[in-house]
Amino acid sequence: MPKVIVDGTEIEVENGTTLIQACEMAGAEIPRFCYHERLSIAGNCRMCLVEVKGAPKPQASCAMSVNDLRPGPNGEPPEIATNSAIVKKAREGVMEFLLINHPLDCPICDQGGECDLQDQAMAYGIDKNRYAENKRAVEDKYIGPLVKTVMTRCIQCTRCVRFSTEVGGVQELGLIGRGEDVEITTYLEHAMESELQGNVIDLCPVGALTSAPYEFKARPWELIKTETIDAMDAVGSNIRVDVRGREVMRVLPRLNEDVNEEWISDKTRFIWDGLKSQRLDKPYIRQAGKLRAASWDEAFTAIADKMNAAGPGKTAALTGDMAAVEDVFALKTLMQARGVKNIDCREAGSTLGERGGRAGLLFNATIAGIEDADAILIVGANPRLEASVLNTRIRKTWLNTGLPIAVIGEEADLTYDYSYLGAGPESLSKLVDGKDKFASVLKKAERPLIIVGQGAIARADGKAVLAAAASLAIKCGAATEDWNGFCVLHTGAGRAGALEVCALPSDDGGLNTAQILKGAKSGAIEVVYLLNVDEIDMKALGTAFVVYQGSHGDAGAHRADVVLPGAAYTEKSATWVNTEGRPQLASRAGFPPGDAREDWMIIRALSDVLGTTLAFNTLPELRAKMYEAVPHLARIDQITPADPAELADLAKAGGKLGKAAFVSPVKDFYLTNPVARASAIMADCSALRAGRKQAAE
Amino acid sequence: MLQDKDRIFTNLYGLHDVGLKGAMRRGAWDGTKKMLQLGRDGIINEMKASGLRGRGGAGFPTGLKWSFMPREIGERPHYLVVNADESEPGTCKDREIMRHDPHLLVEGCLVAGFAMGAHTAFIYVRGEFIREREALQRAVDEAYEARLIGKNNKHGWDFDVVVHHGAGAYICGEETAMLESLEGKKGQPRMKPPFPAGVGLYGAPSTINNVESIAVAPTILRRGANWFANLGLENNTGTKLFCISGHVERPCNVEEEMGITFRELIERHCGGIRGGWDNLKAVIPGGSSVRCVPADQIIDCPMCFDSLMKLKSGLGTAAVIVMDNSTDMIKAIARLAYFYKHESCGQCTPCREGTGWMWRVLTRMVEGRAEKREIDMLLDVSYQIEGHTICALGDAAAWPVQGLITHFRHEIEARIDEFSATPDPDGAITERAAMAAAE
Repeated sequence: MPKVIVDGTEIEVENGTTLIQACEMAGAEIPRFCYHERLSIAGNCRMCLVEVKGAPKPQASCAMSVNDLRPGPNGEPPEIATNSAIVKKAREGVMEFLLINHPLDCPICDQGGECDLQDQAMAYGIDKNRYAENKRAVEDKYIGPLVKTVMTRCIQCTRCVRFSTEVGGVQELGLIGRGEDVEITTYLEHAMESELQGNVIDLCPVGALTSAPYEFKARPWELIKTETIDAMDAVGSNIRVDVRGREVMRVLPRLNEDVNEEWISDKTRFIWDGLKSQRLDKPYIRQAGKLRAASWDEAFTAIADKMNAAGPGKTAALTGDMAAVEDVFALKTLMQARGVKNIDCREAGSTLGERGGRAGLLFNATIAGIEDADAILIVGANPRLEASVLNTRIRKTWLNTGLPIAVIGEEADLTYDYSYLGAGPESLSKLVDGKDKFASVLKKAERPLIIVGQGAIARADGKAVLAAAASLAIKCGAATEDWNGFCVLHTGAGRAGALEVCALPSDDGGLNTAQILKGAKSGAIEVVYLLNVDEIDMKALGTAFVVYQGSHGDAGAHRADVVLPGAAYTEKSATWVNTEGRPQLASRAGFPPGDAREDWMIIRALSDVLGTTLAFNTLPELRAKMYEAVPHLARIDQITPADPAELADLAKAGGKLGKAAFVSPVKDFYLTNPVARASAIMADCSALRAGRKQAAE
Repeated sequence: MLQDKDRIFTNLYGLHDVGLKGAMRRGAWDGTKKMLQLGRDGIINEMKASGLRGRGGAGFPTGLKWSFMPREIGERPHYLVVNADESEPGTCKDREIMRHDPHLLVEGCLVAGFAMGAHTAFIYVRGEFIREREALQRAVDEAYEARLIGKNNKHGWDFDVVVHHGAGAYICGEETAMLESLEGKKGQPRMKPPFPAGVGLYGAPSTINNVESIAVAPTILRRGANWFANLGLENNTGTKLFCISGHVERPCNVEEEMGITFRELIERHCGGIRGGWDNLKAVIPGGSSVRCVPADQIIDCPMCFDSLMKLKSGLGTAAVIVMDNSTDMIKAIARLAYFYKHESCGQCTPCREGTGWMWRVLTRMVEGRAEKREIDMLLDVSYQIEGHTICALGDAAAWPVQGLITHFRHEIEARIDEFSATPDPDGAITERAAMAAAE
């Protein structure tokens, strides 16, 4: 391993380390604008110049590898200086050049206070201005409703261009023109079409690309920042929620190499205006066909009356995508205490959790593990829409290794090339029988990855599809001790957690989602408790008495007979288990509005009125009970691997495969949950995309 | 003084037959097979012994450059790229080669390609060179037809020559920007390392040479390294095409021995300076990118890499721009500054921002509308660009300005004094002020 001396400190670094990395390892700070660890190296800002002893001119440390350095005459390690006079002068020069055409509009710039240019000008610039000519002005570009541009501020670092091309997989942004006249643009000034475009806002080192919805809303130093977990999809992206007063002002990504690296999807980032509208702020009771505001006592009494009258056999509970693990556990415990067997957390038709243990319901290979895969089969999923950030991992792996990818299901643009094997179960069974070419690819692969989406398993023949996928995994060696490549891709943030705490119909005759809905229609089920459930067909509930607990006035609340106002995902301390089975703790960034309460508290209070008081009074007590029941949930941020041997049982489930094509459950990326549907920004995006689709047709 | 028998470009002025037959009569394609029989090392050693230094401007030893190519052909093929994107202001030597002696270039491609294990040469022709490209393409077609190049050719080394037409950007003459452009991308220089000999065109080992460097190679090999090395001065051997423009009686292109003094070059070939030697003000000896040299320093200076380097200038492409006393030096350099501002690719900061800055300050200085302290500031700005950029365009933009300030600071100061003495020569401002007062 090569050795280098940075500012007199000798360090040993790995082959291929760039000088900028080596300098950082040695503790030296190197200013930079264009360099970004996750993007290709451009070397164009020239801010990271360092002095290499023996070289005639300063070198861009981001672009040079330690292996390119030559040792001294007697074999002594090459020397780098990061704070010599030459370096200082070079930095001042570059800084001055960057600033001559940069507008001095920091007071009205949204980037103010978190601007790389501002910070580095303070640290490495000079305090006077020698430029007496007119400054350059650049026309602003329209690149969509999410990213606002003030192109005069642009310093042409091309991070945004590299991000959208490399990570986003859409060649939409580019640098046109030359010399002083270079401009970043989408060229035809159309909106960017990526689900990840918001990330260019974080990447932009200046205020050229800023968040359009957040425009002039707040200053970074007046925001209270809470590190928490996203609940827009089942990836469990690590986010930071910035709040002023009780208002969420913006959502930013946090670094987590194992989950979202440092990207988040646009839904995660721009959802926040949905947290302010359509909120349920007090309990409601339906009277003469209309909902009227009520007190908690009234609401609880109404529920108790109905539940007691119906009895456990005619009562059912469903939990939805936005329900946190604690809430589901509390509801399940309550229902069990009352002898209710009918509880489910899955979409109709899905048999997840019935066989195959945890291995049968998780993304076993883990998100980071995608990078180890050497062949990928995607069955009935559109990861670009269902888990955008996870999709970037697949793209990254594809870019790095060019691994073969195949898709059964919808033939969508996934930002990487794949071979399309077919639309439905027939293609899958062909593959299982080894009659498709890709079967041998999977077989040959050392670490094949099979991604099974909800679109393949939440349907009448879901059990058979799941079994077929599992048997394929076993056949191609994707279910061994060393490599478990059987991956279920969840779409709801609450699903994997609910499955972990077994919010499933009890074995002795409990009804599943489909049966509960059927029962409600026929009258066999009289009371249905919906915990954050908005994605089912509400008409199917017939005349049943519906209790809806949730945060937004969406489908569930419209149908409900009693509405219990809960907290949204930013307003509660809760555990979320992502599709990998990784429990992560979310923190409360703000309080729920009005009379709304954290969901577990509502269930605890209801249990009192029902006369089956739950045995916990605080969240820690609840968690203690939960950890007792499911110990691995206590291992926050860690994945407890599932036993791949259990997949054998899943494969044996059998059943008859249907003919219908697999359809992804995400029809509109921007409107997948109640918060998103309450968001005006998401509505804009959705309309824009729909319009574009129409125009294309 | 170069004797006619030692000329390499015997049809520089297009007086003879440009076609293959004519070229062969003049000696092209003679004994090419024998040259290849020297083997890769033989050719490279011969080139090294000849002392040929790259004719594109930087003067890097050509033989040494060829030797950087990997010895064995690995997974990827080797490529020879010939830089015919001759855009340096003042330079017009490659143009004449392509017009009138293209077969020397094509033959050179084969020999050089063989020496570096390349089966393909790309000749990147400047966008504005339409007729030149046609002439070159004709020569290439003739060579294919005569089975001098191509598959299973007479020389036993499969070789393709692709003439690629650029779109007319100065920056594409920078070797790595040229590779980008050839690959179909935007012409922006790449970072080095990795150097093209390791990772070049399409990621394959590549060598980029100037047209003249390649075109002289066959003759050197034909006549022997010694012949070439005995011409010129030590470390600056051989002959060179000089492009003399500006205030001389007869501007011309001429092949001369390296190290000929400026005086002799001008007297013999250009009929002297317009208005006599006393009228000479300054010379830019190597294309617009080098620092200018005032008359007294240049007159008896040998025209070679090392002696001009000592004057803090350079031989560059040997495009000698002669300026007499009628020249407004500030305006001349301001025009060059505009050129670099216009041709900067915009990739890296110092050049993108700095070239425009220098041009704007110089434009004011032409009028004298500046402060004297701005002269030092301008010099400082030029040093902030020099050596801080990805490619050499930053340096090329900075040097003319540095040359101006080093040698003609007094003119700038005088201009400023003149302007401040009569800031309103036609009285327009005074008049406006008077009108405003009257209202």
